[in-house]
Amino acid sequence: MIVAERKTLNEIKSFVDNYRKLLIVGCGTCATVCLAGGETEVKVVASGLRIGFLKEDKEIEILEDCITRQCEPEFIEPLVEKIKSQEVEAVLSLGCGVGVNFLADKLENVPVFPGVNTKFFGAAVEPGVWVEMCAGCGNCILDLTGGICPIARCSKSILNGPCGGSKDGKCEISPDVDCGWKLIVNRMKQIGTLHKLEEIIPPRDWSTSHHGGPRRVVHEGLINQLPQE
Amino acid sequence: MGKQVLISGSNLERVLAEGHFAVTVEIGPPMDCNAETVIQKAQLLKGIADAFNITDNQTGVVRLSSIASAALIIEEGLEPVMQMTCRDRNRLAIQSDILGAAALGIKNCLCIAGDHQSFGAAGKLKGHPGAKNVYDIDSIQLVSVLKGMRDNGVQQGGDPIEKRPPLFIGAAWTPLGDPVEIRPLRLRKKVEAGADFIQTQGVFDIERFSEQMKIIIEMGLHEKTAILAGIIVPKNLGMLRYMNSSVAGVTVPDSLIERMEHARASAGEDKVLARKNQEEEGIKITVELIKQVSGITGVRGVHIQAIEWEHKVPEILKKAGLVPRPVLEKKGG
Repeated sequence: MIVAERKTLNEIKSFVDNYRKLLIVGCGTCATVCLAGGETEVKVVASGLRIGFLKEDKEIEILEDCITRQCEPEFIEPLVEKIKSQEVEAVLSLGCGVGVNFLADKLENVPVFPGVNTKFFGAAVEPGVWVEMCAGCGNCILDLTGGICPIARCSKSILNGPCGGSKDGKCEISPDVDCGWKLIVNRMKQIGTLHKLEEIIPPRDWSTSHHGGPRRVVHEGLINQLPQE
Repeated sequence: MGKQVLISGSNLERVLAEGHFAVTVEIGPPMDCNAETVIQKAQLLKGIADAFNITDNQTGVVRLSSIASAALIIEEGLEPVMQMTCRDRNRLAIQSDILGAAALGIKNCLCIAGDHQSFGAAGKLKGHPGAKNVYDIDSIQLVSVLKGMRDNGVQQGGDPIEKRPPLFIGAAWTPLGDPVEIRPLRLRKKVEAGADFIQTQGVFDIERFSEQMKIIIEMGLHEKTAILAGIIVPKNLGMLRYMNSSVAGVTVPDSLIERMEHARASAGEDKVLARKNQEEEGIKITVELIKQVSGITGVRGVHIQAIEWEHKVPEILKKAGLVPRPVLEKKGG
């Protein structure tokens, strides 16, 4: 999933200080699961802001909402209607960066602010701890590395690792970071494919990643199923 | 290794090809644009090694560039090994710099990943831990790119190179890095990619290094590349302990740490003497390490790193019996 972390109330408040009618909208999918921007966090942020404004004798009306997904038209369009009809002055999205962008694309003159920092694609390795596992590079090579990603999990994204900086299974950048290549070697040993590492992986084509520019995926099958206008 | 066709006109290559035990020494460029700093180090070290590595923003700290420093020491009559990290350049910048380096007369290039940029702030300096790194290609891919440029006359993208850069291609190797069982394989990949010579991470644990070298010999890699054992000159007890605990791929045997402890303790309360004793012991240890690695089959030279202590290297190499260096007649190149 997409892992996010809530911004501090002070930072959030600085974004919305000058508005009198604010909508805080959470996202019911990834941001909810990683406890950054679901229904509960919407309530917490709204209460925090109300208290903050009250202390300064400022009046603000805060509406609260949480939609299933901020990345799909079916959920976001009714929200856009609501924002327009209720004359909301600004929106604070607790969805990931996708939600903020998608709303900004659709909201014309209403500003949208981010309430979370979108971190990475990762998994919950233990309750309350998420770890990056995929870099979304657009051309998966996990078949070559035992299912462990050198691009996301090696600090240098080295394809023919490990570099010389691995120590006791940890990366040179921090004792809290596993050496991705140590994980790869262990995993390939486990599944009996260590010999695959003998092959040199050639320089890769990064144009499938963001380096090739903003990306889009077109699913021809789905497009063809839609009724023609 | 029999007579071989020289490919680069590099003195280092020639020394190795003629069967001499090679010596390279590291020079760290300054953090400003003072050419004099580089020139002074060059004048101090001239004649004591076959080639001199110029580090490339070592430990992620901005320094006078490797390529410019290399050009400066050529002016002084030294032969540089330009270090090139994958951290700071994408494949365009790397190849452009390689062409530039060759045009300036640089004949050796050491291909390395480079310390992560977070290292820059690990010590007393601020560094640039917030920098964006590149790692478009890794060090093994870098070796293969240089080989392609030199031997096939093609850029990585496939465009032709009319005048090919005649480089002697080097790579680094951390023989005792974790996971240790993968290190011989990784060396093989570097050799297959085209590494003509290898400079290893600093060796202190002669026994474990010898074990790795035995595997390398069984694999026949010592015949396909020239392995230069890395020697880091320990200046004091703190440095030795730090390297043991914090530098990846470096383990220092207790016996060496105890010797340094003794050197310090023998001075009692006299701090000046304690420093002097440790420095002397450090030099003694270095000379011993050089002699020990030179006795290991498959080791064809040493690479000396005396970090900000380069002026001691001539004394060390004299004591190790490695100077004067062979002066070889230039052929071709």
